[in-house]
Amino acid sequence: MQNQMVMFEEEQRQIDEICEGLHRDANAQAILCIDKNGQAIASAGEVDSLDITSLSSLTAGNVAATGGIASLLAEKEFAGQFHEGEKTNVHISIVSSRIILVVLFDERSSLGLVRLRVKRATATLNKILETLLEKAADSSTSSVLAEITDDDIDNLFND
Amino acid sequence: MSFINYSSREINCKIVYYGPGLCGKTTNLQYIYNKTNPDAKGKMISLATETERTLFFDFLPLSLGEIRGFKTRFHLYTVPGQVFYDASRKLILKGVDGVVFVADSQIERFEANIESLENLKDNLEEQGYDLAKLPFVIQYNKTDLPNASPREELEEELNPNGVISFDACAVTGEGVFDTLKAVAKLVLTELKKGG
Repeated sequence: MQNQMVMFEEEQRQIDEICEGLHRDANAQAILCIDKNGQAIASAGEVDSLDITSLSSLTAGNVAATGGIASLLAEKEFAGQFHEGEKTNVHISIVSSRIILVVLFDERSSLGLVRLRVKRATATLNKILETLLEKAADSSTSSVLAEITDDDIDNLFND
Repeated sequence: MSFINYSSREINCKIVYYGPGLCGKTTNLQYIYNKTNPDAKGKMISLATETERTLFFDFLPLSLGEIRGFKTRFHLYTVPGQVFYDASRKLILKGVDGVVFVADSQIERFEANIESLENLKDNLEEQGYDLAKLPFVIQYNKTDLPNASPREELEEELNPNGVISFDACAVTGEGVFDTLKAVAKLVLTELKKGG
């Protein structure tokens, strides 16, 4: 399988911290960190009322479609998107070509502030992702999967 | 591309339902959605046209239980089947862990099945995947209809490698969960090999 995405506790904690910091520093409503394939990785802020799974999948679809448009226009990618709503605005950016950072914000913040804070958070996220990729490349870390037996899989499907 | 989260102890996988227009991909997901315990499913999203044809994709998140303390979550996607939505189909195949090809058994759709399967192979190849190496099952949908092609003919044309296949009637649910279970099993087995 290609480039399996793996998350470990240490990096998860660091990413959670970045999301919480960005939520605070950008005066945002909520922050979502999503894998490019639509899996939610981390979130912060007012997320209880949000359907994070659906938001993640749709955002990833949106980014994929925008990426498709970019390649038709011979652009590498459009690194950012901004959607302006009546109450809530959405700022979407791509980190290291692998992760999507979503900032939901309202009149308590501004696009300028969000952009500034996202830029800082992105630099830190980049470093964490590099470490994550190195760790994931180390096959010994995947040993839990190797321990799964055929019986384990069969048991999952016993009605 | 599966996503293994050791922190939240989750295994996330992506399964794509592929096939020609109106073969029953969305109906498969709708049936699964309707018959699944509310605790085990998220919201089903359909990005469709006003005439209820899939425009971009349908999405259904499912939890299938735990393996060795890891929650297994499957994200089911369908592609738009209509020929001219090819660019969208390519996007949805990105990061796929397993594929279900839903064939329309009706004689009139015989060629459309072949064309769609070729399209699947081409689009996967473009992204560096080989269908022969991916977890892959075939579902012959609408076998209950009087104009359905004989299974042998469908198998001969669409399944030369003899992958697992099921007869189905997605509207009544026949074969729908068998198909899902088979592909999910293959995906987990593949993950185990990779681990």
